[in-house]
Amino acid sequence: MKFGYSITKDRQIDFDRNDKRIADYVREHEPSFKTCISCGSCSATCSAANFTDFSFRKIQLLVRRGETNEVKEEIKKCMLCGKCYLACPRGVNTRNVIIQINQAIEKIERHDI
Amino acid sequence: MIFDPFVLPFTIGLLILICIVFYKFGGWIKKLSSEEKSKLKKGLFSKNLFKAIREVFYESLLHRKIFRVNPKLGYMHMSLAFGWFLLIVVGNIETRIHSGTKMNGPFYPIFFKFFEHHREAVPFNDFFVFIMDFLLLFVMTGVVLAIFKRVYSKFFGLKSTTKLKVGDKFALYSLWFIFPLRFMAESLSSAVFHTGGFFTGTTGNLLASFLPASEIYYYLWWAYSLALGMFFVSLPFSRYMHIPTEVLLIFLRNFGVNASKQFNSFSEIEVNACPRCGICIDKCQLNTSLDNKKVQPAYFLREVRFKQVKEETATDCLLCGRCEEYCPVGINLNNIRVAKRREFAVDYTDNYNYLPVEDVVKADVIYFAGCMTHLTPTIKHAMTKILDKAKVSYWFMDEDGSVCCGRPLMMSGKDKMAAALVENNKRKIQASGAKLFVTSCPICLKVFNEEYDLGIKVMHHSQYMLQLVKENRLKLKLSDKTIVYHDPCELGRGAGIYEEPRALLKRFNNVVPNEFEKENALCCGGSLGNTKLSHEQRNIIATEVVNQLTIDNPDLLATACPLCKKSFTYKSTVKVMDIAEIVAEAIPASSEMNVT
Repeated sequence: MKFGYSITKDRQIDFDRNDKRIADYVREHEPSFKTCISCGSCSATCSAANFTDFSFRKIQLLVRRGETNEVKEEIKKCMLCGKCYLACPRGVNTRNVIIQINQAIEKIERHDI
Repeated sequence: MIFDPFVLPFTIGLLILICIVFYKFGGWIKKLSSEEKSKLKKGLFSKNLFKAIREVFYESLLHRKIFRVNPKLGYMHMSLAFGWFLLIVVGNIETRIHSGTKMNGPFYPIFFKFFEHHREAVPFNDFFVFIMDFLLLFVMTGVVLAIFKRVYSKFFGLKSTTKLKVGDKFALYSLWFIFPLRFMAESLSSAVFHTGGFFTGTTGNLLASFLPASEIYYYLWWAYSLALGMFFVSLPFSRYMHIPTEVLLIFLRNFGVNASKQFNSFSEIEVNACPRCGICIDKCQLNTSLDNKKVQPAYFLREVRFKQVKEETATDCLLCGRCEEYCPVGINLNNIRVAKRREFAVDYTDNYNYLPVEDVVKADVIYFAGCMTHLTPTIKHAMTKILDKAKVSYWFMDEDGSVCCGRPLMMSGKDKMAAALVENNKRKIQASGAKLFVTSCPICLKVFNEEYDLGIKVMHHSQYMLQLVKENRLKLKLSDKTIVYHDPCELGRGAGIYEEPRALLKRFNNVVPNEFEKENALCCGGSLGNTKLSHEQRNIIATEVVNQLTIDNPDLLATACPLCKKSFTYKSTVKVMDIAEIVAEAIPASSEMNVT
């Protein structure tokens, strides 16, 4: 039966059960990722964010929440230019974070992690 | 035929060596592309052959490039290579003259002093005895220096020397033993048969005064032959493979075969031509500033050669090119490094379809600031001021934010992704109908020059400003400020632009020299080539470089790369300015006089 509306999918994130594989992989291979304070300086300076809704801050949030599929789509927009790294007040090695996230995704697809 | 069983280790070793070297050479040459093969064939019958032979003489025997790094180190290598070469040549001449056209085993000249006791019968005996002794002494000095170098490398200007693995050590120690054993064998033989010259004869008599020369000399010839055999057999599996491979490399290079982007057979030859001399280790700032002694080309190429490349070694490199600049073999080190990065890289997309297909502005000149310049906005403001003053009809292509040039992706080995960005930018540039492309970022410059194939002139802003000044379209106020100019890696070693920025600054300022300039310039530490360095490590590098550059306390530290400026600014007590900012500041207000 159609009511002309649908029920929104549950957006609750259970931090005890979410997919921590990417986050753990990145934390291990690029520890500076832990120091991110989500200030958004990276988003402000991002070359890609100038044209689309991509930003490093968003990526790191998705990674921490364990939203692997969203990360996979979002990260394709990064040009790896490195402006975010220069703007980061915490010295997060953002370019390596992006590279490590991609490696983690590849490993997940190969069932290595 | 003259023969004694002790020649067997030498002869067998030599045969094994020749077989393996020819097998390896054959494999590499077979794998060259057909174009490269035809270059090789053509080269063998052209005057380039003589150029190649000349270079082999200068670099493989005299080691001119090592002399330039350090004369003592150069002498050590020259005495071993050139001295040994002359020993072989003169020894052969000596025995050929002596025995006429008779066929001799390859061992005959090597062990001549064992086989020939009636020296009077040898033509020009005195001359040969003297020259062979002299050459042996020459080589021996090299051996002594080589052993000394392992103990105290600082004497040779090397702060660190290559750490060797078992195979290399085995070859190294057998090499060390060869000439002392030859010296002992010849000395004791000459004590017994009175055949020695000033060196072997004198030592022989001295040794014979307390050693039973006639009883032991035969065993020393055995030992000498064994040392030679061991060295020959271990040579193809150790770093000494560089000796034959470098010759092949020099020939190929002179015949026009060059490194390509991909890791191919030529790169394989380059890898095998690395002697692991360790000159790169001292030039690497990851070593000098951060004490990282694992990733330098000497070690990286060893990993490549034995197919054990670790991701960290491939990635942890600034790509500053200092090692390449000083490599005595002239290996394309950055090229190999990036090629190996591709093996680890994940190309996660091949299109950036969100990039706008915006209006293209028709103009004569395109100005492209680049991502890094957008983070140092004073540079782009300076450039727009300069372009306006010079009344250039230009289009500021990335005024509203930049699309990356693709170089950072390429440096990480992600070529497919970079190609998508290249296509986007190229379309816009060509649609604008511009005749000249000017960029403020040396990192972009290199890629626009080498990968875009634009068909129009590509210039760095320092070159373009110099042209504007020369054409009298830009007038500048004279200043008496002392300036140290820092050569950015990508602009200097990367694109060979050393003189234009200096010429421009010298027109209205006082440019003073610094130890670390031009080819010897240091990397600011900001390099996009390295994704492994932490923020703190980059700061350490930047601080050390700033201290070196400002050692004479200049008024200004000038650079021509936004990333260098960014790295230096907060580390330096001296004001850091991009060359464009200095020029923009020197543009006089219309009322001012005293201009160049």
